[in-house]
Amino acid sequence: MTEPTRSLPATPEHTVGHVVPVRVLARVWGALLVLTVVTVAVARVDLGSLNLDIAMLIATVKATLVVLYFMHLRYDRPILAVVFAAALLFVALFVSITLLDTHAYAHNLIPDYGPALPK
Amino acid sequence: MADTRTHAVAHHFDDAEQQREAGKLGMWIFLATEILLFGGLFCAYAVYRSNHPEVFIYAHRFLDPSLGALNTAVLICSSFTMALAVRAAQLGRRRQLVGLLGATIALAVCFLGVKGIEYERKWKEGLLWGARFHAKLAPAPPALPQTLPPVPPAEGEERSLIPPAATGPSGLARPGRAEVAEGAQGPPHDVQMFFAVYFMMTGLHGVHVIVGIVLLGWMMVRARRGEFGPEYATPVDLAGLYWHLVDLIWIFLFPLLYLIR
Amino acid sequence: MTGSESGTAGFGTGGNALGRDNYLNHERGVRSWLLTRDHKRIGVMYLVAILSSFFLGGIFAELIRTKLWTPGNSPLMTANTYDQMFTLHGAIMIFLFVIPGIPASLGNFVLPLMLGAQDVAFPRLNLASFYFWIGGAALALISMVTGAVDTGWTFYTPYSTTTNSNVILMVAGVFVLGFSSIFTGLNFVVTIHKLRPAGMTWFRMPLFLWGIYGTAIIQILATPVLGITLLLLIAERALGIGIFDPALGGDPVLFQHFFWFYSHPAVYIMILPAMGVISELVSVFSRKHIFGYSFIALSSIAIAVLSFLVWGHHMFVAGQSTLSSMIFSFLTFMVAIPSAVKVFNWLATMYKGSIWLATPMLYVLSFLFLFGIGGLTGLFLGALAVDVHLHDTYFVVAHFHYVMFGGTVIAFLGGLHYWWPKMFGRMYSEFWGRIGALLVFVGFNTTFFTQFVMGSHGAPRRSYHYQMQFEPYHRLSTIGAYILGFGFLVIAAYLVHSLFRGRPAPANPWGGATLEWRTSSPPPHDNFAVTPEAGDPYDVEAWRWDGAIGGYVQREPAPQPASP
Repeated sequence: MTEPTRSLPATPEHTVGHVVPVRVLARVWGALLVLTVVTVAVARVDLGSLNLDIAMLIATVKATLVVLYFMHLRYDRPILAVVFAAALLFVALFVSITLLDTHAYAHNLIPDYGPALPK
Repeated sequence: MADTRTHAVAHHFDDAEQQREAGKLGMWIFLATEILLFGGLFCAYAVYRSNHPEVFIYAHRFLDPSLGALNTAVLICSSFTMALAVRAAQLGRRRQLVGLLGATIALAVCFLGVKGIEYERKWKEGLLWGARFHAKLAPAPPALPQTLPPVPPAEGEERSLIPPAATGPSGLARPGRAEVAEGAQGPPHDVQMFFAVYFMMTGLHGVHVIVGIVLLGWMMVRARRGEFGPEYATPVDLAGLYWHLVDLIWIFLFPLLYLIR
Repeated sequence: MTGSESGTAGFGTGGNALGRDNYLNHERGVRSWLLTRDHKRIGVMYLVAILSSFFLGGIFAELIRTKLWTPGNSPLMTANTYDQMFTLHGAIMIFLFVIPGIPASLGNFVLPLMLGAQDVAFPRLNLASFYFWIGGAALALISMVTGAVDTGWTFYTPYSTTTNSNVILMVAGVFVLGFSSIFTGLNFVVTIHKLRPAGMTWFRMPLFLWGIYGTAIIQILATPVLGITLLLLIAERALGIGIFDPALGGDPVLFQHFFWFYSHPAVYIMILPAMGVISELVSVFSRKHIFGYSFIALSSIAIAVLSFLVWGHHMFVAGQSTLSSMIFSFLTFMVAIPSAVKVFNWLATMYKGSIWLATPMLYVLSFLFLFGIGGLTGLFLGALAVDVHLHDTYFVVAHFHYVMFGGTVIAFLGGLHYWWPKMFGRMYSEFWGRIGALLVFVGFNTTFFTQFVMGSHGAPRRSYHYQMQFEPYHRLSTIGAYILGFGFLVIAAYLVHSLFRGRPAPANPWGGATLEWRTSSPPPHDNFAVTPEAGDPYDVEAWRWDGAIGGYVQREPAPQPASP
């Protein structure tokens, strides 16, 4: 803003942020739909435990696309990415430690046994 | 359009950019709380799926993956129209903005409609959560997998040295998952657990969709009044972020609930 | 009495503003308060609200202690009423008082002032947060009247899903309070990120703000998990969802994982701002620059992060696996490190300082003493084998109160006395202030040190009846509780008195170097006549005592040659 002579771009980034081109958005949209088809198709094939991994991988790719382009994270300040990553990190922490514990005591669980309740 | 209401920068901000960035940071932090809110349910899912894989493999077949895939596509399209709406707001294209917001809302309603159909089927069949579960599971579902995955046997060292109190003379404790491991026909124990997780996850997500519809409707009203333009598009941007998060969560829910192997 | 400005413009401006335009009289009428977006007024409303709930929780505590005067049945209350009493004491004190306590009342008031800002980033959200608090408190109160909860404040399943008391309403209340907490934290993080003034880098922020920042991180990342836990609990009770119900294949231990993933970090939501307050006070009242600034600042963040890794130490005897218990025990010991870093830095700050034993400093000393005991006994409980013996005894009660009361409440009182002149423009009676601090200290130790002894002898906590051998301890503890209650009445009396009769406060009665002391007491509606330039927040030696106004004024900034 110190140089008023320089013509501002058609979209003044300083007030509305980055404007993502339609072409990019459309490509992302297409990619998301294709990946949805892929994930359904892969689920029909039995790959053992790989199925879950592949499904999660595809979902992660889709989520990344949404976050980077639809949610502008690619064009925004890094601090927003830090906030987002922190949330994911703490979910991972929560899930993994809890899983670690329930796996260790799960063998002692007694199905259908609720001492406090009349069955 | 020519004279968009100049949105005065609130008195405690230096300029519009600071205000916009504060808004964005605030929204992302709110999204972080949303992620952790759903994180609890993902944790419950992970725990029960890993402890009772047979229940999840058995029960997910009652869900219709084509309806799930349809809904995924619907939400992805709504995310796309939302992203375009944000763009229209940034560029000050008012009619386009209103139209795109309308399209997003329509797609969201469509999503809820499909969800409603699914819920209704479950309700009729009694495939409900916990205490309400009353489905007759005797006829094996469409395609019961031929071989259930073997349940890893408990290792001797990891077992508690103290026998469970319930293995008393009254025989409260059943042998647990052993009978499933033997490949017995018929439904496994605790099928209702899958539906508890299913209804909690999709239900909470559905509540978020409804909130999103209200939010987008409000944005549409404001857009009609011409409040947004190249000078001021933050509210649409923030509503968009929220809507994309709703999409994001569904992207994970779909394979986790509908596409289990 | 209004002291006129001394020195150059922009320095020491303001003085006392009681007769002039200030935030208290800027607008008049109840409506102007209820709909205000001024962070100072919201802070004051929060202060009134949380002190009311503190009073209510305190009444329950005194009733519990009175019952425990005798080991057997008591005409005062039945066993079930007793359960409800201690549940309500815990729930009210924790969810309504301690968690919002320092950040929402003192933090709201002070944070923008310390930043030299005019308000928090989202003033409307700030007001909404207050009304969420009111809503949550209202739900909790309704549940109290319609069937008070008797589960303990932790709402453990399966009891909480089977008891007849009105768990749903209480839990819904706590859920709503969670929104209040999240919005406060969100607001503070954004404010600290975006509204710092020119010249205030991260490492030139007052340490109170670091404490608040660490707190806000926890509020943001942990509270939603409590939210989903409570939603599941409501769904469990209302719909029989079965996720925590063993009869339906659920796992009740999972509830404890969910609950403590929030509620352990929550105790750091309670203690971190308290540590921030102490960091401010210890420097000002030692008349010395804070020692080890960056260590104190970063240890706040370290504590915030570590707080997420230790929740399992609440579950050592709850069926948690041995492996997890060992990991959590180890990590619990780790928390002692950043906590000790803080304590030693405070001690080093006091070393060779000229300590001024004003009322806030008495609370600082109390804090160091009590928090030291509270923190170190936490290590006993973090040790697996010792915890098995101590877990269900009064030892835990004593430890918890030493940290939460001896830590947070004492620091809250210190901060309240420190910022009281800024908030209301009046000085309280220093003499009575010291008496009050002494009574609280003596009363507190009599109440709770006794419980350490009793607990290590195996006295079970939570129970209505107890064995004869513990009667002397219980009686001593009850006497202590009365002293404590009396101390609070004294404090309430002189603080209220000061509102009407107190000496008008100068702009800077304590000689603090943070920005809030650069404006008048009480501050004007827009906080600062001239936006102050941020400098070193602990340069307390730049302020000198001025007997004429009974407060500190800034030394003439002109002469450049450094004074030794």
